[in-house]
Amino acid sequence: MQFVRKLVLAVIVVCASLPSLARADDAGLRATLARVATARNFQETEAVVRDLAATGEPAVERILSALADGNLYIRKSGQGVFIGKEDGQTIALADPVAGAAAGTAAKGDLTKVKVNNALRRTIRDAMGGLTLGSDDPAARLSAAGIMLKRPDIAALPALDAAIARETDAKVKAALAQARAATVLVSDLGEAEKLAAIGVLSNRGDSDALAQLTAFRAASTGVLAETAARSVQHIESSMAAWQVAQNVWYGISLGSVLLLAAIGLAITFGVMGVINMAHGEMVMLGAYTTFVVQQAIRAFAPDLFDWSLAFALPAAFLVAGGVGLAIERGMIRFLYGRPLETLLATWGVSLILQQAVRTIFGPTNQEVGAPSWMAGAFQLGQLTITWSRLWIVLFCLAVFLVLVFVMKRTSWGLRMRAVTQNRRMAASMGIRTPWVDAFTFALGSGIAGIAGVALSQIDNVSPNFGQGYIIDSFMVVVFGGVGNLWGTFIGAMTLGVLNKFLEPYAGAVLGKILVLVLIILFIQKRPRGLFALKGRAVEA
Amino acid sequence: MIARRLFSSDRRIAVTIATLLAAAVIVPVLNLAVPADSVFHMPSYVVALVGKYLCYALLALALDLVWGYCGILSLGHGAFFALGGYAMGMYLMRQIGPRGVYSHPTLPDFMVFLNWKELPFTWWGFSSFPYAMLMVGLVPGILAFVFGWFAFRSRVTGVYLSIITQALTYALMLAFFRNDMGFGGNNGLTDFKDILGFNIQSQTTRAVLFSLSVLALMAGYLVARAIVTSKAGKILIAVRDAEARTRFLGYRVENYKLFVWTVSAVMAGIAGALYVPQVGIINPSEFSPANSIETIVWVAVGGRGTLVGAALGAGVVNFAKSWFTGAFPQGWLFALGGLFVFVTLFLPKGIVGTFTEWWRTRAAKREPPASAAAEQPAQ
Repeated sequence: MQFVRKLVLAVIVVCASLPSLARADDAGLRATLARVATARNFQETEAVVRDLAATGEPAVERILSALADGNLYIRKSGQGVFIGKEDGQTIALADPVAGAAAGTAAKGDLTKVKVNNALRRTIRDAMGGLTLGSDDPAARLSAAGIMLKRPDIAALPALDAAIARETDAKVKAALAQARAATVLVSDLGEAEKLAAIGVLSNRGDSDALAQLTAFRAASTGVLAETAARSVQHIESSMAAWQVAQNVWYGISLGSVLLLAAIGLAITFGVMGVINMAHGEMVMLGAYTTFVVQQAIRAFAPDLFDWSLAFALPAAFLVAGGVGLAIERGMIRFLYGRPLETLLATWGVSLILQQAVRTIFGPTNQEVGAPSWMAGAFQLGQLTITWSRLWIVLFCLAVFLVLVFVMKRTSWGLRMRAVTQNRRMAASMGIRTPWVDAFTFALGSGIAGIAGVALSQIDNVSPNFGQGYIIDSFMVVVFGGVGNLWGTFIGAMTLGVLNKFLEPYAGAVLGKILVLVLIILFIQKRPRGLFALKGRAVEA
Repeated sequence: MIARRLFSSDRRIAVTIATLLAAAVIVPVLNLAVPADSVFHMPSYVVALVGKYLCYALLALALDLVWGYCGILSLGHGAFFALGGYAMGMYLMRQIGPRGVYSHPTLPDFMVFLNWKELPFTWWGFSSFPYAMLMVGLVPGILAFVFGWFAFRSRVTGVYLSIITQALTYALMLAFFRNDMGFGGNNGLTDFKDILGFNIQSQTTRAVLFSLSVLALMAGYLVARAIVTSKAGKILIAVRDAEARTRFLGYRVENYKLFVWTVSAVMAGIAGALYVPQVGIINPSEFSPANSIETIVWVAVGGRGTLVGAALGAGVVNFAKSWFTGAFPQGWLFALGGLFVFVTLFLPKGIVGTFTEWWRTRAAKREPPASAAAEQPAQ
């Protein structure tokens, strides 16, 4: 009986995919649909759904999706099932079969057809078969995905027909994979099944793995062996993708760390100033982004996608200016007393935090994302969000520009000269106080533009900077003070290490382990990964 | 001999001891014996507040011992304070017994809540007061010893040391926030009932705890004083001012550092243990790096390397904090931040240091200088 029913379904699904061949009368559909009104429980509704799907009419898709969304209504007064759209107190009705408008009705006159999760699943499966014939490639793709997860022997002819008709290569491959999964549960011959195993093995994701594992358990002989080999193959390739994913997450975290730390690598690393207010420079950058976006929203909403481009120079100037003021007003009196600089800059950080809290309030501010940073794309089995990718690229760009400034410009040359031997540099005619001031401003400005990027992935609040300051110090100390490449390597190592520890230890314990590892590492190399050598060390 | 040196060498020490002893007696009397409507009556909340300041003062004293006299700027002394506090808190939790919300005979409420069946080994023995008191000193002491053993032997100094002490307290904070650690997660330990059978809320217990805090501060002061005026103390100052030179002269620098570092951690632990019964709660935020940095400003305000100054600074800054948070809640962080900047720029020797200097120059005008005591840190 089951087989006959499925056979009927199969034939009808084929009919559905070729609408010109068959045109069942509307009356039959209406009769089936009318049973919804008399259904006493979810099982009966489910039977109606199956029968509706079996009719294969194009209108069924509309009816089923309305049902799944809870938009199918029954008129209380008499017979009649409608697709309704709520509009205040009334509901605009549409004829479910023809799709034409059918007047309005008060809410009280209608009863909603109730659905539960089991029913929604049935509807989704039924729709999967129906949407194989859809005009939208994305819909066909998702239909293929559903059929792969829940292979149904009866759908095999429909799949074959769909494959023959398909022009989009990507959808065609997905359909072939769905067909392979279906072949595995069918009673076709060994050769067909072996080929199907090959197709699924090439897909190599968790869905394919689930199908193959189930098949291996149910089969014997050569088929079982081949399936076992394929399962192994998929598992190892999935493990490789897992590693790749951890590396990507690690790089992503590493670039966040690098962005936060790179300004500190200049102020702390090159100048030897322990700037505890560094986190607040990052925060100022984030708040500048917020202000710039508010201004753009108010005056030129069309330019919103460019808001970050305006925010970058603004944040650099704001944070750099504040940094310049701190250096001229305070730090220049404290050179050579690193521990006292630490205290004074901590005081500055408290003042800046409280100032921002007083002006903008203690709550999180909403910083919008431009459209080109939204969404994600698929690379193999990796899902990469655009915002993360842009941050990684931005971070690399900032780093390279900074390396270029330090190594290839005359200003960078002066900076390095002052770092290495202050008195000699002064004797050569370099105005060391101004080099100090602008180096500090540069470091702070970089922290500001880091804030622009980080505002896209974190909550912008007055405590924004506090979350980054400890991590930034760890990165700079781990990488080796006074070495930009050390900071780069340090940030990436810590990021990747963190993400590899996380699956085993959990996020918090992973972080604790990283901190303990840094403490131990500093014992082994008290001056970080790439220590400065020579006379500069004691300076 | 030692006693004579302690009491004759400096008038300051005698004044300090006398003040503390007087406070230990007078404050409880004013609180308990004087009727509530009298002008001289000291309300209980003031006793609790000042008791809290005293614990902070002991913590500041511990920090001054390592920072002021040995040049180790610890950004993680709050960790030792909190560990001592947790040891005390665990004892107090065990004293609750079956009076918890869930009325479990042995397990504290949060463990019942987490569905734990028995006490984890970390909690064994904490129902015994002597064991808990031993742990108050031992846990911070051992942690400091192990940490210092590695750090000083590897010659991690200056800024690097400061930053890894900060990493230490940050890591501990993250760890204590985890429920799985078995120390109450982010709620910490609270709802204490008894200490040694006495009701922890009662006025008398609080007065006694106050006196004990005063005595602990006094004992801490005497110990610190004894260390810095001893021969070893001279070497500590030498390490602070020129570590490499001291090493070349043949002293085992790391041993001196390790000794004073461990003593300081134990003192901080005791301060934490006295703090917890007086405030009635201990939670992981005590480990937060910002708390440890705030401790540094107490020492800096009072005067680094003066001992008395550290304790005084803790009192002054915390009094200002209590007053500010009441009068201008918005203003406190501005004031605290400004204080950091002001003290480092204009008052590098702190209140006591500046005052001493002024006193000495005045005395020097009247008579020729006798000897330049190496009491102030070199700039």
